[in-house]
Amino acid sequence: MGQKITIEPVTRVEGHGKVTIHIDNNGNVTQTRLHIVEFRGFERFVQGRPYWEAPVLVQRLCGICPVSHHLAAAKALDVIVGAGTGEGLTPAGEKMRRLMHYGQIFQSHSLHFFHLASPDLLFGIDADPQKRNILSLALENKELAVQGVMMRKFGQEIIEATAGKKIHGTGAIPGGINKHLSSFHKKRFLEGDSPMNIKTMIEWSVAALEFFHDYHEKNKNIIDEFVEFPSSYLSLVRKDGALDLYHGVLRAKDRDGNIILHDVDYQDYLKYIDEEVRNWSYMKFPYLKEYGKETGWYSVGPLARLNNVDFIDTPLAQKEFEKFKSYNNGKLSHRPMHSHWARLIEILHSAEKMEELLNDPDLMEGPLTKKGKKQSEGVGLLEAPRGTLFHHYKINSYDQIEMCNLIVSTTNNNQPMNNAVNQVAVKMMTGKEEISEAMMNAVEVAIRAYDPCLSCATHALGQMPLEISLFKGDQLIDKKQNR
Amino acid sequence: MSKPVVATTSLAGCFGCHMSLLDIDERILDLIELVEFNKSPINDIKKFTKRCNIGLIEGGCCNSENVHVLKDFREHCDILISVGECAIMGGLPAMRNGIPIRECLEEAYINGLTVQNNTGKIIPNDAEIPILLDKVYPCHEVVKMDYHLPGCPPRADLIWEALVALITGNEMKLPYQVIKFD
Repeated sequence: MGQKITIEPVTRVEGHGKVTIHIDNNGNVTQTRLHIVEFRGFERFVQGRPYWEAPVLVQRLCGICPVSHHLAAAKALDVIVGAGTGEGLTPAGEKMRRLMHYGQIFQSHSLHFFHLASPDLLFGIDADPQKRNILSLALENKELAVQGVMMRKFGQEIIEATAGKKIHGTGAIPGGINKHLSSFHKKRFLEGDSPMNIKTMIEWSVAALEFFHDYHEKNKNIIDEFVEFPSSYLSLVRKDGALDLYHGVLRAKDRDGNIILHDVDYQDYLKYIDEEVRNWSYMKFPYLKEYGKETGWYSVGPLARLNNVDFIDTPLAQKEFEKFKSYNNGKLSHRPMHSHWARLIEILHSAEKMEELLNDPDLMEGPLTKKGKKQSEGVGLLEAPRGTLFHHYKINSYDQIEMCNLIVSTTNNNQPMNNAVNQVAVKMMTGKEEISEAMMNAVEVAIRAYDPCLSCATHALGQMPLEISLFKGDQLIDKKQNR
Repeated sequence: MSKPVVATTSLAGCFGCHMSLLDIDERILDLIELVEFNKSPINDIKKFTKRCNIGLIEGGCCNSENVHVLKDFREHCDILISVGECAIMGGLPAMRNGIPIRECLEEAYINGLTVQNNTGKIIPNDAEIPILLDKVYPCHEVVKMDYHLPGCPPRADLIWEALVALITGNEMKLPYQVIKFD
């Protein structure tokens, strides 16, 4: 009889994800699964609500990157109110939304890097998990912790200035935005006392990359060799191939770097994307229709974006992008740990974009919204911090939502995360009858590289608290936890 | 005297209330001088290691495990606070309360436009995933809650003021700007 190992959050609730590993009598791993155990039912209970409520309702799926849902819903509703997609809005409408979005990317990526990843890097991934958090970081390296806290604060204040609130704001409305940037905020962000100004934020973003390069140099085993598996990648890119987090066309590359989805209009996403339901997880498994359930899966997120784009349109981030490309010999990077690197390049890009927008007079005047011929259906996509986010709504003649289909970023990474866990399990568990600490750490780090969004999909601030139970048949023979 | 001990958890919430706690920004550095954190996703301690003075609860109860954790918090904490609308009244997830849960599952896994390939009409039901409750319940319908902090999420200043008031024993300042939301 085979054995079953269960890795799950200690409390079984906070983690909202758990891993099971099956091993046969010869000690070979026969199956690994990452189960997502949360379900909300949003697609059903939003039916019947007036469509304009969607941007404020749906963002409450996730308090970590609510702006992404807020804006993806608003973009879908732009189509419904006849304002068209991305470039169809007024300059003030589109640019205020972009500023909100770059503020969001900046705060969310900063949260991930400073609050989560940097303690791993500073204290080592083998360190006591109780030590690997922002609070310990604050006690031991106050300067770095303060930088992380202030960078997140800056991003949150940009969101507040554009959306009205730091979390669950109301700025984006169908067809545009509800206010201009005030001169008070413009002055504060451009010329505020250090560190709360955009110049310092750009400097710190560059410094964070230097910190990473230094770490990378000394720890190639972790960044380059820890996990590696080939994957396809999906993301939006700007029409000219540039990195664009707010709007673009859908591109996918196969594992060899060939473009397999050729910059298509995302209004037609149903032609290209399907999802598989498996009975052991509430999270579905998206795939490219053309390639089928088995081979059509893909990864999204910072690494997917940098693998897909041709260039970055801000100078400092472009320089870092070139370093990234040349390190990978111009090929795709299939190393999930390189996501940390890609994320830092995007922090810098977002800071440069914010500076550009803060200096743009269009945000301070002109019409805020646009409307045209009403449509009954609209699709809104954007690149959320964790990857491509899909929102699709249909409305009836009473302006009520009739259908809502969502594919959230982390869902797109479902198969890659399962593969990463499988690779680690095969490497660390084959022939073993006991669960090692190293095994638990490795699984945690592999999943964390995807920065799984913990509200959209699992809840735990990026951390995967682990408990592993080793079963022989139905009998528990070993149990360990990393807390 | 040892520092007061604080624990936090997110049940059926969106983590926005925890994010709002982080929005106290640089005061987080003061907070760790004032209190010691025990079980919390912020520091990643997953099991109570001692008696706690204050428990902050985000989110209501949508599955049996939420109930289990909430009871565990009641057992280990002297003061339990519902933080935000979901803990106080179920919040957005409770919008499913007027709809049979089966319909919600069918919409997500069978009727959805990108799951038309699900011809076997599979709805996740593996023994490894927990059982959903018929409705989403506010925390005070499950255990006794001592205080409620309103907002979606409650403002960082409100969370900060409440913690400081509890720790120092001083009366809480509640100006309109701090308790209004949306």
